[in-house]
Amino acid sequence: MPEYTLKINGKSVTVNADADTPLLWVLRDELDMVGTKFGCGIAQCGACTVHLGDTAIRSCQLQISMIEGKSITTIEGLSKDGSHPVQEAWKEIDVPQCGYCQAGQMMTASAFLKENPNPSKEEIREAMNGNICRCASYNRIEKAVEVAAKNS
Amino acid sequence: MESQNNSLNFSRRNFLKTSALAGGGMLIGFNFLTACKPGVAPPVDISKLNFNDFNAFIKISDEGYVTIFSPNPEIGQGVKTSMPMIIAEELDVSWDKVNVAQGVLDSKNYQRQVAGGSQSIRFGWDALRQTGATTRQMLINAAAAKWGVEASTCTVSEGIITNANGDTLGYGEIVKEAAVLEVPENVKLKETKDYKIIGQDVQNVDIDKIRTGKPLFGMDYKAEGMVYASVLRPPAFGKKLVSFDDSKAKAVNGVIDVIRFGEKLKTLDGQIGFTRVTDKIAVLGTSTWAVIKGKKALIAQWEDDGKLESTEDHDKELLKILNGNKFDTRREDGNVKKAFAQADKVIERTYESPFLPHNCMEPMNFYADVTEERVHLVGPVQTPAWLSGLASRMLGKKPEQVHVEMTRMGGGFGRRLYSDFALEAAEISSLAKKPVKVVFSREDDMAAGTYRPAIKYRIKASVKDGKITGYHLKEAAINGNMYGLIPNFFPAGCIPNYKVSTGNYRSKMTTGAWRAPYTNFLAFAEQSFFSELADELGKDHPQLLIELLQKVKGTTDQQIQYSGQRMEDTIKLAVEKSNWGKSPEGTYQGFAAYYSHNTYVAEVADIEMKNGKPVLKKVTAAVDCGIVVNPLGAKNQVEGGVIDGIGHAMYGSFNFKDGAPQAVNFDRYRLIRMQETPQVEVHFVQNELSPTGLGEPGLPPAGGAVANALKAATGKRLLSQPFINELNKKGNKILG
Repeated sequence: MPEYTLKINGKSVTVNADADTPLLWVLRDELDMVGTKFGCGIAQCGACTVHLGDTAIRSCQLQISMIEGKSITTIEGLSKDGSHPVQEAWKEIDVPQCGYCQAGQMMTASAFLKENPNPSKEEIREAMNGNICRCASYNRIEKAVEVAAKNS
Repeated sequence: MESQNNSLNFSRRNFLKTSALAGGGMLIGFNFLTACKPGVAPPVDISKLNFNDFNAFIKISDEGYVTIFSPNPEIGQGVKTSMPMIIAEELDVSWDKVNVAQGVLDSKNYQRQVAGGSQSIRFGWDALRQTGATTRQMLINAAAAKWGVEASTCTVSEGIITNANGDTLGYGEIVKEAAVLEVPENVKLKETKDYKIIGQDVQNVDIDKIRTGKPLFGMDYKAEGMVYASVLRPPAFGKKLVSFDDSKAKAVNGVIDVIRFGEKLKTLDGQIGFTRVTDKIAVLGTSTWAVIKGKKALIAQWEDDGKLESTEDHDKELLKILNGNKFDTRREDGNVKKAFAQADKVIERTYESPFLPHNCMEPMNFYADVTEERVHLVGPVQTPAWLSGLASRMLGKKPEQVHVEMTRMGGGFGRRLYSDFALEAAEISSLAKKPVKVVFSREDDMAAGTYRPAIKYRIKASVKDGKITGYHLKEAAINGNMYGLIPNFFPAGCIPNYKVSTGNYRSKMTTGAWRAPYTNFLAFAEQSFFSELADELGKDHPQLLIELLQKVKGTTDQQIQYSGQRMEDTIKLAVEKSNWGKSPEGTYQGFAAYYSHNTYVAEVADIEMKNGKPVLKKVTAAVDCGIVVNPLGAKNQVEGGVIDGIGHAMYGSFNFKDGAPQAVNFDRYRLIRMQETPQVEVHFVQNELSPTGLGEPGLPPAGGAVANALKAATGKRLLSQPFINELNKKGNKILG
């Protein structure tokens, strides 16, 4: 299998994997970084969201051969200690129920707020519409993004 | 049943045992539900916690810190936070000194209650309070003995014991002495007014792990030597495997083996939740991606094993039942036939619902390591004791050879009551002679479900002299009928001539419990019907319900499950908080109230018309679940339940053609998303009654409230789910 050098959360890592392997499975199975979740495998639910540079992207569709040398951030690297304003807001609002989708929600929210630091309610609802929460903690996600915007 | 203080029998004798820990501190072993076995003692070494003898432990350290260990799983209903809160309250320690830990789970076959049916809090309430209070009393007794004073002269607050002279001892300073004292009986429980933790907003105890992406879930579990497995199952219900070609699958990088299996699972045929008990094919490999690719490369031949069912067939069969006369009677008061014959008017409506998949965000998965000596199973399952028994039977092992560990669960909604996926993993591991982790793709998860079955209700009511005189509910359901208590929910006891009849159709589709079984759809049908009856009588919907409820108050009928007074109070709170009937111009409201899972919920939906289309803006929910242990978590449950109920009522559509589901991923199966979500406002009825569960009761009334608001906004009565199909019908295009 070919070898790829990836830049994940500021660190350079080398992995052996087929060119078509999605980043999601490299993270979870090869690198033991399981914060990024598998939900649908077709970029419809957002559970696997990571940052490619500053952009939120679905890691289930991101083939490893396409991202060599590009900077990737996962939930494990969003902050060292959970102190990113989005992570703090998630705690303040007590968002999660089962918690499975929340890493993806936070990765979408943090990329969105970097691009739009003072969003309206409508803009938040539009930005977060791609992430499914099956427990339907949507009211709290919405509120937490507002709080994070205020505290950023 | 007017009295609602659901105090459950509780054995005070031998329900907890203590020991002094070798490393310092005190350990209390106890069981949530049952008394402890005689002759067992908690370990003196914390690493030896045995959840077979006790299903939970409390450790109080020399410094007065409290750790509560419990193997109880968390599906997302918040019991991992709320149950320790109850112990800490009676123990009288400050919450910031409490740490909640998942127990060391590798134990044989431990018994615990099932996390299902919104019952964890209701059943745990008495046992957890007794545990906390008894431990507190032991610490007080130890301090009193040390001081040489009467225990009754000592007081305690936040872990500090004070005597009449003003001397103080912290819990940590007295644990060594307390650990060897006899367990006191008949300890005094706190009065509700003295609660310091119960009733406060407490954050989810796993919040830091969740928000930093730590491994918690079954999907995250790994073990030495483990391989991944992806399973190819029949493409439709009613097909069986003939043969397959695995040459291309085996050529995929990382694939190490392809195994035909199913012989062992077939021995469990007939057990609820067993999907397609036929041979299946497992692709084993070194990564999830390898086995996903390997499965795609399999070429399998399947043949029909009898008739292949379609949704059209189900619709016909269920209507045939409703139009026929083969019913079981579940409850009968008076004579509905006579009431209908003598009525001024008879109204009859038929309500229809589709199958629904559960779609937990974490797809089904399980780890199994089956060897000659031992069966080790790890993953997200709500019924570990049941799984353990089935695994022992299926594999021909002794019960004590089977070890089940539970992980946090990425949603349950009823799907994880069934353990088909864990037993698949067990059979594959036994054949491969390796530790195996079976991972479902979303497509596997949706196509191999234990679905909510399609159900149809027909409700008929008679009106005479402005009163409802008769009510007949007929149910036509697939693979099972409403459980025995439901016919005794509202409006049983409120209408003199009342009857509930059920009929059933046996299908090959695997079906099972889905969040708020039966009531998840019945509540919509019933409350839509009552909205229509209110219109017919020229009455306000909540007012009509309150009038009817007067008749059930003070009933001596032991079968009646609900309290008329509590339901009335809940309705009144929803009316008040939602500004019912006083909403501004352009806002259309719909009402629904429902009692289920021992909890009362009334909801009002507010719809605004924007560019000629209805937009759901807000839902106001009033809830009576007795004492609210953790309002922060409780509100989360209700908010989620309401939105979940709306999402499935609006969009949930799951059809079969020739035995195969027509949508198997989120591109074609629609779940509610943020932009369709209303703001949910939750209010609790304040009382001092024992707490009841919240995982389910918020859901059932939501569909009815929305349907009734849509009627107010558009003039259209919705009789079948999902609403979106009816709203978008040709010539009826209401939603874009």
